[in-house]
Amino acid sequence: MEPGLYHILFISTALFFIGVYGFFTRKNLITMLMSIELILNSVNLNFIAFNKYLWAQQMDGLFFTLFIIAIAAAEAAVAIAIIINLYRSHKSIDVENAEDLKY
Amino acid sequence: MTGSTIIFYLLAAITLVFGLLSVTTRQIFRAAIYLLFSLIGIAGIYFWLQYEFVAAVQIVVYVGGIVVLILFSIFLTQQAGEKLAKQKLGRKIFSALAAFCGFAFTMLQISQHTFYETADEAVPITVFNIGKKMMSVNDKGYALPFEVISMLLLAALVGCIVIAMKSKPEEQ
Repeated sequence: MEPGLYHILFISTALFFIGVYGFFTRKNLITMLMSIELILNSVNLNFIAFNKYLWAQQMDGLFFTLFIIAIAAAEAAVAIAIIINLYRSHKSIDVENAEDLKY
Repeated sequence: MTGSTIIFYLLAAITLVFGLLSVTTRQIFRAAIYLLFSLIGIAGIYFWLQYEFVAAVQIVVYVGGIVVLILFSIFLTQQAGEKLAKQKLGRKIFSALAAFCGFAFTMLQISQHTFYETADEAVPITVFNIGKKMMSVNDKGYALPFEVISMLLLAALVGCIVIAMKSKPEEQ
């Protein structure tokens, strides 16, 4: 069967829920960040597929993808700065140990 | 089955298998490398869809930028050869169940929905067209979001430096 929109939607849905599974099961902040990257990538794939198959006379999906990539880069940089700062103060990047605001 | 179809399924398999390995492996360094391959697979799908510019941006920003950033932060925060702590089985089962139910529900919705393709002529996705649209200030241009994103990147840059800066020792 010739791959079309539904195949790409299948890939992006599967990738999204793989990321969700990782986000649920991981305790380490860096691996949680990796799961978020997977989720963001599945969203980008959706935008590109819809632009290609349903909205080809405009380029809106492409621009949304470019802007999401830029925002994801900024988000990853800030998250890693926070993780390194947390490691410096707590000597661990496990979410179980970062509970100073809890009580 | 044509060559293009085979390449598509190969790219899809690479993306999903390495994505799954990336969230299940217990060695954090390997998780980062699997994530790298998964992102390359997605860039390959962009190439397959003939969106070459987005594929190039994906490789430059994600593979060249974010994964390298993640690798460096792993080097800074992890002891060598240490495995991640094992998760409780119940948590794993419930997470897998939740993810699978969400997946099944979404796929059901997608399969029941009919998408209508537009009959209008497609715009050629060239770098010329993308650049012209991005700098255009007409009502279908993207000059304002572009500027907002550039301010956001500047703010993120300054914010990162401030957050990660070592606090000065108290003055005597």
